[in-house]
Amino acid sequence: MPWYDRVLSIDRRWVYLILGLAVVVPVIVEMHIPVTLSREVQAVYDFVSEVRDGELMLLAIDYDPSTMAELHPMAEAIIRQVFEQNGHLLLSSLSQFGPAMTDELITRIAADYGKVHGEDFVFLGYKPYPAITILAMGSDFRVPFPNDYYGNIVDELPMMAGVHNFGDVRGVVALAGGTAADFWIIYGNAKFGVPVALGVTGVMASDYYPYLQAGQLFGLIPGIKGAAEYEQIADRPGEGVRGIPYQTTSHAVILCLIIVTNIAFFAKRAATRRHSQAISSL
Amino acid sequence: MKKQLPMFLVFLCGMIMIVQFVVPHEYSQTLFQHSQDFVIVIGVLALPIGIYSLMKSTVTKARREPKERLYSLITIIGFAVMIIAGLKRDWFTSSTSLSSNLFNYILVPAQATLFSMLAFYIASAAYRAFRARTALAAVLLITAFVVMLRLIPMPEPLSTWNAEFVRWILEVPNMAAKRAILIGVGLGAVTYSIKLLLGIERAYMGGD
Repeated sequence: MPWYDRVLSIDRRWVYLILGLAVVVPVIVEMHIPVTLSREVQAVYDFVSEVRDGELMLLAIDYDPSTMAELHPMAEAIIRQVFEQNGHLLLSSLSQFGPAMTDELITRIAADYGKVHGEDFVFLGYKPYPAITILAMGSDFRVPFPNDYYGNIVDELPMMAGVHNFGDVRGVVALAGGTAADFWIIYGNAKFGVPVALGVTGVMASDYYPYLQAGQLFGLIPGIKGAAEYEQIADRPGEGVRGIPYQTTSHAVILCLIIVTNIAFFAKRAATRRHSQAISSL
Repeated sequence: MKKQLPMFLVFLCGMIMIVQFVVPHEYSQTLFQHSQDFVIVIGVLALPIGIYSLMKSTVTKARREPKERLYSLITIIGFAVMIIAGLKRDWFTSSTSLSSNLFNYILVPAQATLFSMLAFYIASAAYRAFRARTALAAVLLITAFVVMLRLIPMPEPLSTWNAEFVRWILEVPNMAAKRAILIGVGLGAVTYSIKLLLGIERAYMGGD
């Protein structure tokens, strides 16, 4: 069998093995991959920088554990930045698995900065039907969330005094692993005019660039690379920066595989053409 | 009557919501808020149907296929345990409760593992399918290659030489195609809604 046929018909398990090894490499060999900064991530950072001294922003944790590896580092970096600046945070979750992750995250980080629930941040909890919930939040946060995640009456929380709807928050940063991202654009921004930025998974990112260019999003954090960029801008390396070598090696392998398969494909096509020319010349 | 009544209700509710949208009165806003609650209530009513459907399909599968019985049993036990573990708000919100432990030590690793396995399938699919068979496929392949180099974390200059070109790809051709699709989907949704309101589209009632 010619080499190109062997390459083109390789057992898929070899591909799995090569990719598996590529993911293991950064565990064994310490790697530092510099991340180039993008305007869309810088815009989110600049926005969060202005949330200081009692200013309020809404952070929506709208993802599941499946996309946690990419989106959790973003949430951690943003929450730490807001707390360092003494800003106030309103958190919500439109994903059914979001509340437990949000609770773990906010409880851990708030303890690091001595922040108190109800005074420095409020976690509203989860409600189903993202579109309906965002529309209701546009009327008043108390409509979908009369009580917070812990069962407290929202009206009795000091931080919520005078805070009613999107008009009372500086903006929304929604970290979404699904369709909730679209609803924040369609209802949050288009209907209520609240500035919205998104943090999305790498595969979702290209879908949201049109909204960025149209001004419906003021910023975008794409995948683990975006998280690493954010951590780099904030000078606080975390899980995002630590995840970069794994992304680099695995993607490099995929790119190499694409190059190899195309070389073999063209080699086969050239050989077939030569063969057919030889037959026709006989 | 069996068909006329649902069609009348759909028409009435649809017209009320259209009027509500263009009338910025206090009563209109109150109606809007109540309609949102109404949607949630309908959704909640659908929950028992979903549970019934899950249980029915699981039990049926277990009866017909002996090999599936273990998985069906795990589904039913997992379903029952998660319900019981989250019955009280304190059980659900406490970081040391059974519900939290099940979430953190079973659900989170299981979902993360399943999702990360996609990388292997993507690599295999890219190897087999991403070939420049035609001129258009070659254009797609080269574009994807260049965009990937920019969007994935690669050392410089691999990830920097193409910065402006990739931005242009994302903001011009990508946006043009995306907007065309979005506008098409939007117009389709409007058309479908009008057909629903006028009783032309009746598939939601079953049959027809």
